[in-house]
Amino acid sequence: MRVESKNKSSTKIEVLMDIKDISLSFGGLKALQDVSLQIQKGEILAIIGPNGAGKSSMLNVISGIYVPQKGEVEWKGKLRKKIAPHDIARMGIARTFQNIALFRGMTALENILTGRNILMKRNLFLEALYLGMGRKQEEEHRQKAEEIIDFLEIQSIRKTPVARLPYGLQKRVELGRALALEPELLLLDEPMAGMNVEEKEDMCRFILDVNEQFGTTIVLIEHDMGVVMDISDRVAVLDYGIKIADGTPDEVRSEQKVIDAYLGAG
Amino acid sequence: MKKYTMSRDFNNLDTFPKILRNNALIYKGMPSVREKEYGIWQTLTWDVFYKRALILAKGLKDTGLKRGEKIAIIGDNRPNLYLSIAAAQILGAVPVPCYQDSVADEIEYILEHAEVKIAIVENQEQVDKLLEIKEKLPLLKSIFFDDPRGLENYQKTDALALDNILNLNHEADISLDEEIDATAKDDISIMLYTSGTTGRPKGVLLSYYNIISVTSVACELENTSPNDEVVAYLPMAWVGDNIFCVAQSYISGFCINCPESRDTLTIDMREIGPTYYFAPPRVWEGMLTQLMVRMQDAAKIKLWVFNYFMNIAKKWGNNILDKKKVPLLSRLLYGLGYLFVYGPLKNNLGLTRVRIAYTAGEAMGPDTFLFYRSLGINLKVLYGQTEASVFVSLHRDGDVDPKTVGPVFPGVDIKIEDGEVFYKGPGVFKGYYKNEEATKETIDKKGWVKTGDAGVLDSNGHLKIIDRAKDVGKLNSGKMFAPKYLENKLKFCGIIKEAVAFGDNKDFVSCFINIDLEAVASWAERNNIAYSGYIDLAGQSSVYDLISKEIDKVNEDLAEDMELSDSQIKRFLILHKELDADDGELTRTNKVRRNLISERYGKLVDALYSKEDHCYIETEVTFEDGRKGSISADLKIQDMNVISVKDRVA
Repeated sequence: MRVESKNKSSTKIEVLMDIKDISLSFGGLKALQDVSLQIQKGEILAIIGPNGAGKSSMLNVISGIYVPQKGEVEWKGKLRKKIAPHDIARMGIARTFQNIALFRGMTALENILTGRNILMKRNLFLEALYLGMGRKQEEEHRQKAEEIIDFLEIQSIRKTPVARLPYGLQKRVELGRALALEPELLLLDEPMAGMNVEEKEDMCRFILDVNEQFGTTIVLIEHDMGVVMDISDRVAVLDYGIKIADGTPDEVRSEQKVIDAYLGAG
Repeated sequence: MKKYTMSRDFNNLDTFPKILRNNALIYKGMPSVREKEYGIWQTLTWDVFYKRALILAKGLKDTGLKRGEKIAIIGDNRPNLYLSIAAAQILGAVPVPCYQDSVADEIEYILEHAEVKIAIVENQEQVDKLLEIKEKLPLLKSIFFDDPRGLENYQKTDALALDNILNLNHEADISLDEEIDATAKDDISIMLYTSGTTGRPKGVLLSYYNIISVTSVACELENTSPNDEVVAYLPMAWVGDNIFCVAQSYISGFCINCPESRDTLTIDMREIGPTYYFAPPRVWEGMLTQLMVRMQDAAKIKLWVFNYFMNIAKKWGNNILDKKKVPLLSRLLYGLGYLFVYGPLKNNLGLTRVRIAYTAGEAMGPDTFLFYRSLGINLKVLYGQTEASVFVSLHRDGDVDPKTVGPVFPGVDIKIEDGEVFYKGPGVFKGYYKNEEATKETIDKKGWVKTGDAGVLDSNGHLKIIDRAKDVGKLNSGKMFAPKYLENKLKFCGIIKEAVAFGDNKDFVSCFINIDLEAVASWAERNNIAYSGYIDLAGQSSVYDLISKEIDKVNEDLAEDMELSDSQIKRFLILHKELDADDGELTRTNKVRRNLISERYGKLVDALYSKEDHCYIETEVTFEDGRKGSISADLKIQDMNVISVKDRVA
């Protein structure tokens, strides 16, 4: 895996999302307690932690699905209120799911095109007749989708219904759909769960390439420590809803609290 | 610009750059190279191709590329790589294509040996390989890449995008007529490294005269025209791609189609519908195996229709193709079969429009061969070598015999000395690069080239190849032992992917078997046999029984032949891993490296000739990314019944 050639401009750190002292609970269960996290523009941030540590809740807070009972979330310096799902997409946040959530009967290409939905301007008449704007748009979106297909190297399955694809490829199509949104922030919920070594390596390469080529900020949850340490710029560790560490992979690796959380404190 | 005649007189047009300049005039607006990108076929016409070749040549000239210098081309078949070959040739430089899946040190050897100055490669994968070895190659000045994917953050000093050159000078009227006129027919057109079953690869020098004289005869023989279509999918480093695609396209003006990726080849073939198709036997056999496997899953009635009409095709198809007399009723039934089975089948394989189909490189099973011919595909065998600019012998329409490699190619002479085939002709190469000794060993003073193949000429004047001459050995009984002949016989059954036979200086013949995973897995599924992976499947006793049955058939066949009856296979084992080019067990063109295998698996060979009925082995394997690991297995050895020859005395 090639990491050393990553060459981030370290001049100015721009904060894309600033999460301040949030707490989230479901009834008596405290999922997150006073967690603060900054997502910097252009980075790959990994959120790790043992089962039930609150990783998915954190991702849902970032995407705006959950609204924390306490604390604030700022998006590009502006306070974010409760927000509808289509507005999340419009803001430039896209995600993939832990359990694949594709339209199983549709082809890979069609699935990726659904990701463009939010960017399409509608005119029923022109689209039905395939005229003017309707035609132009159709072509533009198809081209974008084809670029993503080329990028993810899934040309051979372009017209295959996703239900017929192996798991690793379905994950790739899902990533493609998220990319179709041209997001600024990409959230990946366990992108490598259930993959074999080769599929994981492919996925790592795609994640790095997305980050490098499109400058997309990526937040991911992942269990495979090798992967996390390899590809992330920064790692945040959660344990029982509390952030116990936040730093570069090396810093986090040597943090005693993290070792305790994973291996059990003696 | 000087006007060139529209004639196809190759006396004036004696080099590819000259032909290309001419093609840009006479085939203006007609497609020369197509590539599927972003899901759409994108075409370069001959005039645009020429223009771009000039731009690229100008750019390469500016980087300091001079006449006679070498330029490496590494990657899958991409229009820009074909363009690079054309550009290098315009400047009188020599293109050296390398196998794209070679590992770094294989490439290092070639680049060093060829004194390559510039490398033009397809993508990041190849750039990374070159950067790894760049320090050891002081002569390598620049690296250019076609696909910039993942290469954004590389230093400009390491590698440059080809687009940097191609996007320059678009408006300018570049003329390199002087350079083009300076190319001469005896100049080296291309240097191809032979994969070499033994030792390091050798650089075969082919002149324009070699390639053009042979190729124009081939074009005439097959009546190729600008209406033909070919799909370029075979390695660019292989001589076939340079003859069948590049040279024939230059001479006949037809279009080269580059598939979108290796995985999409089947889909792309179906879309293009090539009229001219070349595939090694492995590909034809693979297609047939896959087809048969899929047919097993078809509904009963479909399977019945398929079998019924395939029997008719088997009986009459070949005769119809050869324009022989066939009863009217059979003709009608065949027509009906075409409607229901053969037509759709050919369409599915992308072979509907195929007019000329070749196979070469290895022997092909007669059943497979006749299967395709019975569908109305004019499949022919060709025998050739890189050193001969391919063509030594070739089947002619209406005179096809699956057991031979056809009559001698027009203009080529053949002689057989001590069982070995020698040839002579206009395509004979100029020599091996920087290897006088090997050149002398191969070409004698009178121009005869040693093929290293043992063969005979049959009564119809067809050449029949038996084996590599050096591989032909003797059993202790004194009878001939031709390993490849036996291996091919085994491989014809479809469930055996690779076989390695032993027997030289031994009492009997034994062999290693590699099962064909796809075919055997499908069989296992149908018979409810559970398995966890290749090693497990290969070791199952039911698989051994399956293979035994096939070997029995081969033995029966061999028993009928006086010469070969002693070559019946007495013991065999199924290998726990697939023989692989990455482990050096096969060449890059998938030929078995016999010596290396018998050395590496010496323990298994010894076990085959002992009384043991199993043998434990641990093998090192190389993964695609270069890492190494090891796998182990306890292999069972199976004894076979040998049929004694009944009428030996009579």
